[in-house]
Amino acid sequence: MEFIIGKFNYWIYIILMMIGFYAMIAKKNLVKKIVGMNIFQTAIILFFVSTGSKKGATIPIIQNYKDVNQVIDAAQYMNPLPHVLMLTAIVVMVSTFGVALALLLMIFKKYRTFEEDEILEILKQGRGK
Amino acid sequence: MNMTEHAPILIILIPLLASFLNLLIGLWRKRLCYPFVVAALGMCVFSSFVILNTVINTGNISYRLGGWAPPWGIEYVIDHLNAFIIAIVSFMSFITAVYSKKSIEQELPEKTVYFYTIYLLLVTGLLGITATGDVFNLYVFLEITSLAGYALIAIGRDKAPLASFNYVIMGTIGACFYLLGVGYLYIATGSLNIADLAKLLPELYHSKVILVAFAFFMVGIAIKIALFPLHVWLPDAYTYAPSTVSAFVASTMTKVGAYAMIRIMFTVFEPRFSIELLPATAILGWVAAAAMVYGCILAVAQTDLKRMLSYILIAEVGYIVMGISLANREGFTGAVLHILNDAFMMACLFMVAGAVAYKTGASNMQDFKGLNKKMPFTMAALIIAALSMVGVPPTAGFFSKWYLILGAIAAQKWLFAALFLLSSLAVAVVFFRIIQTVYFEVSKEVSVPVNSVSKEFSKSKQTLKTDTDTSFNEAPVSMLMPIFIMTAGILLLGLFSGNIISAVIQFTVPKGF
Repeated sequence: MEFIIGKFNYWIYIILMMIGFYAMIAKKNLVKKIVGMNIFQTAIILFFVSTGSKKGATIPIIQNYKDVNQVIDAAQYMNPLPHVLMLTAIVVMVSTFGVALALLLMIFKKYRTFEEDEILEILKQGRGK
Repeated sequence: MNMTEHAPILIILIPLLASFLNLLIGLWRKRLCYPFVVAALGMCVFSSFVILNTVINTGNISYRLGGWAPPWGIEYVIDHLNAFIIAIVSFMSFITAVYSKKSIEQELPEKTVYFYTIYLLLVTGLLGITATGDVFNLYVFLEITSLAGYALIAIGRDKAPLASFNYVIMGTIGACFYLLGVGYLYIATGSLNIADLAKLLPELYHSKVILVAFAFFMVGIAIKIALFPLHVWLPDAYTYAPSTVSAFVASTMTKVGAYAMIRIMFTVFEPRFSIELLPATAILGWVAAAAMVYGCILAVAQTDLKRMLSYILIAEVGYIVMGISLANREGFTGAVLHILNDAFMMACLFMVAGAVAYKTGASNMQDFKGLNKKMPFTMAALIIAALSMVGVPPTAGFFSKWYLILGAIAAQKWLFAALFLLSSLAVAVVFFRIIQTVYFEVSKEVSVPVNSVSKEFSKSKQTLKTDTDTSFNEAPVSMLMPIFIMTAGILLLGLFSGNIISAVIQFTVPKGF
């Protein structure tokens, strides 16, 4: 039980990631695929952010910083690096999402549908603008 | 400012800044874009050769971004392998940019400005992946490359948006797996710098976290380079992309991915980890063998030239990965040499496909009848590239395949050596069929009334020319010149492959091989 509750953030990351992965692979609707992609990426962000946080720790800003040799207890401060990495990853995620939405618009203009099997049907019959 | 000192960052900054400037210039004067892009990429080629020269003469370059010391700041490390790949990518981008003028004017008349902007971003991403010495920085550049790639592929013909969409889904899974790998490594070691990781990791080789990280890296990169079971996005994407994009992307993107794979397997992790502790090379060897067979067999079945080339590309990725997985000196030399040769061959063949499509609108190989009279120079280039693909001496393709087969024999993997020969045979069948169509089948003269042609012109925006006469009608000079350079390159690389190996490639082989 401790194994599950003590590391609940990682369990949730795995569950979320699998939900997103399932949607990306198995769903026939292209919009649902993109939503799945977003969940997938968000799960990874959750994973990174939770690796950086510590119980009872504060933000990594040192108060009354005076002399260089001052001893700092690392356990009192969160690790800011994974969080900063995730800022970049969020930017990447948003732009991927934007590109995917733009592609969806193009696909919709061409085939008037978001359903993958309908599009394949149209392609088989050689219709489509 | 000392040019050589800052060359590692300049090579990324030049295309990045040029891509933004290009947009502004394009808004002002559209036709200035092309000379500007060619000039910018010319500078890139120049600085890439400066880097290569420096590395050959004085050894590895380390560049600190913003002056921060390596484990904390981002460091750019250039050794022989990097410098080699950077030179290939920037040279290809330059030649393809020269080639792009006419074909982009025909295929995307209203979008030239945006095309060049994204094209430069793609070049930035590819060069960034090769130059960086930081695993997270590599992820960012990987995503820049992919995003630019999605956009460029989506503006192609027919099914292009759908193909690009599938690529987005697959590519995102690949990139996310890579990112997870980075995360796991960071948890275990607390570092993102490649050199630092290489120092910290050996103590942790038996940790499960490291094994999982390695698996994530491998699967993520395998999706990006379209290694056999994960290749499904590639044929559609490269077939329907604009011809310039196919030529550039096919010749560089998979190669840079292969570079990333080499980096992870042999620099971040020690060779003994990838070879002995995990049987990664053994697994990759079988996967690559499957890719070689599968790509060649499906290539035989295709009728569309670009789709056929895409399947051959899958087989070529198999060759490169096979060379890496053989894990001995000959095999690795063959893989790195094949990265160079295959870039030239793929670019040449896709450029020929683009030139034919530009002049006749044909992409199906059955419509190539009689092209030898119409486009003799282009077809001559096709023959030389095809011979090189098959591996006929003295073309470049022969030498890299020679080393790969030597590697397979040295590793005593007789089956793989046989598969190399078998897939060469399949490639020979594919190309001799095209050559037969082009040179020996007489095209039927279909007389198309002039009225109907002009009507078709006005009806549809697509300017597919339906003329089938075989009178001399060669592609424009701006397309022919790059094709000639590529063809000459294939011959010269073959003749000088010994020099290339002794000057650069022998230093790229990881220690312990």
